[in-house]
Amino acid sequence: MSSAIEEGKTYEPGTYPDLPPPASTVGIIGWVRENLLSSTANIVLTILAAYLIWVVVPPSLNWLFFNAVFEGASRDECRAVMNEAGVKGACWAFIGHRFELFVYGFYPEAERWRVNVSFFLMLAALVPILYDKTPQRGRMMIGSAIAPFVIGWLLIGGLGLEPVPTDKFGGIMLTLVIGVTGIVGSLPLGIALALGRASHLPALRMVCVVFIEFIRGVPLITLLFVASTMLNYFLPPGTTFDLLLRVLIMVTLFASAYLAEVVRGGLQAIPKGQQEAADSMGLKYWQSMRLIILPQALKISIPGIVNTFIGLYKDSTLVIIIGMFDPIGVGRASLADTKWQGLSTEVYVFVAIFFFISCIAMARYSLYLEKKLHTGH
Amino acid sequence: MKLFKTLAVSAAVALASTSGAATAGTLEDVKARGELNCIVTTGVAGFAAPNDAGRWEGFDVDFCRATAAAVLGDANKVKFVPTTGKTRFTALNAGEGDILYRNTTITMSRDADLKLTFLGVNYYDGQGFMVPKALGVTSAKQLDGASVCIQTGTTTELNLADYFRANNMSYEPVTIETNEEGQVNYLAGRCDVYTTDASGLASTRGSFDNPNAHIILPEIISKEPLGPAVRQGDDAWADTTRWVLNVLIEAEELGITSGNVKQHASKAGNNPSINRIAGTEGSYGEMIGLDKQWAVRAISAVGNYGEIFERNIGVNTPLGLARGLNAQWTDGGILYAAPAR
Repeated sequence: MSSAIEEGKTYEPGTYPDLPPPASTVGIIGWVRENLLSSTANIVLTILAAYLIWVVVPPSLNWLFFNAVFEGASRDECRAVMNEAGVKGACWAFIGHRFELFVYGFYPEAERWRVNVSFFLMLAALVPILYDKTPQRGRMMIGSAIAPFVIGWLLIGGLGLEPVPTDKFGGIMLTLVIGVTGIVGSLPLGIALALGRASHLPALRMVCVVFIEFIRGVPLITLLFVASTMLNYFLPPGTTFDLLLRVLIMVTLFASAYLAEVVRGGLQAIPKGQQEAADSMGLKYWQSMRLIILPQALKISIPGIVNTFIGLYKDSTLVIIIGMFDPIGVGRASLADTKWQGLSTEVYVFVAIFFFISCIAMARYSLYLEKKLHTGH
Repeated sequence: MKLFKTLAVSAAVALASTSGAATAGTLEDVKARGELNCIVTTGVAGFAAPNDAGRWEGFDVDFCRATAAAVLGDANKVKFVPTTGKTRFTALNAGEGDILYRNTTITMSRDADLKLTFLGVNYYDGQGFMVPKALGVTSAKQLDGASVCIQTGTTTELNLADYFRANNMSYEPVTIETNEEGQVNYLAGRCDVYTTDASGLASTRGSFDNPNAHIILPEIISKEPLGPAVRQGDDAWADTTRWVLNVLIEAEELGITSGNVKQHASKAGNNPSINRIAGTEGSYGEMIGLDKQWAVRAISAVGNYGEIFERNIGVNTPLGLARGLNAQWTDGGILYAAPAR
């Protein structure tokens, strides 16, 4: 290494040894100078931001962790502990006592293993779908196609398992059932609707347009309400069909209408030349769609599609209106327990964390997919 | 045109036959189903809420269980259908539930216009106001211009409007969906006043960190007789359920409790009123489509009215409600059940 500089020595041009950059432009100091203190405005903003963090973060942490009470059988016990210490904090004992209710809803205790097994089955089924380097992906996909039926059987029961009526479903499990079914069901339906709307067959196009515009023109809450109470007036007497099933159908239809428009946007972004090239190759309609148009259109639509999915997932909280208990519903009902009344902040923070984790996972996956499919034009 | 006609006719037929089905024997439907569908709230402290283990508990819930015990012989054969204030009557009329026990005020328009049949009163309530002490208000008459947290779709909403109009005052409504939401909004200062039934106010205030910083104003501005309801047009089912309610109230008056009801049922005693309820005299159960032991099952499952009250909302619970109007007529209240005879 010739990095050492000899004092007093003069160097020929071009032979001066490489020097490390000045200490003030590298490392932490360099980063701080560059990003936080580069101009007067920047300095002011930095100070303001630091002040805001100082005001918000320590009290939040105190409330969330340091002053929080994790053990106790009622709110009064939590309060007693906090009064003794003279602090105010969260009473997580509440969430602890109610955790199973938050996760499983009213699912019978002895049968909850079925929910757990279903959950891991779902994860396993998702791996080959979401990750294209899965070994033996083709065979795994067959498993994924069968998994929904196995999960349905596990959750509902019958055929040797204790039947569990769907009104016992609740909490996080209910959100997952509605969210996953809605997502899985609405994607193919949405693509079909988008293709139908772009079709040259007038009757088909008409049906798709009417369907999409009708569903988009009605709030989800109305559809759910119709599903839960109005349907009974129209169905022939004696036919009751499961409330959860009605909700699943409504949610799927609702999301598919939105998805159709997202996918249609993707379809319109494909240059006409692509379709013409496919035609000139002699590809049939479905072949050209499957091989040429859709792969490109869907790739463009990924952010919009995931957007719709996240929206659908969060909209599942609306089922409280028709008396089904998603995590927020469980939380609200828990607050009516005289033992725990008034701890609403804890409930909403807990539910927010759950939704944040689920939604951020979906968002990150969509980013990963976009990067992977990025072909650089 | 013909298509439309056909459609209209078939829709009408379907509608007619649906309502036909609804009137034909809810009691038989319940027995055949082996489960009572009971419409309750999505959560009102003391009246209906799931406990830590997810089991429904509360004052209204116990009446549901008593009904199930009387009709089906098992207090656990109840499916609870949680509803909000806005969806409760639609749910009942659409057949999602067989009976509604959901702190519902009996009113003329609900009875006549919404086609409900009310069975009686299980709790006498009245609407009150709660304000922070710091406001310095001592009477509801001083609330001119106040912002008021009020639950939508309830009689309290209408009472509030009536009261302020009658006293020439104005107010700013802050509408909320549930009691719990009202609590949060009130504590956050988004409204000056929280109004709901006095029982609800007491329980809400009891849950505050500092209950003494809030006062419940002395004015009770409405009558709120809360009671169960069934769909109109099925008198047999209304009779069955009405007498379950009556017999629970009368049991307290006669001193029949969950502890001694079996004893009364095993052997006829000297008091004919007790004998009739205990099934050792007459055949009163048959009159309402049940067997002799119907009342015994109901009482041994959840206890008499007084036991239900004390267990869920009485003075020894966090709600701490006194019997007040809801004491038996013999104890200075207005609880006066028609006799089972």
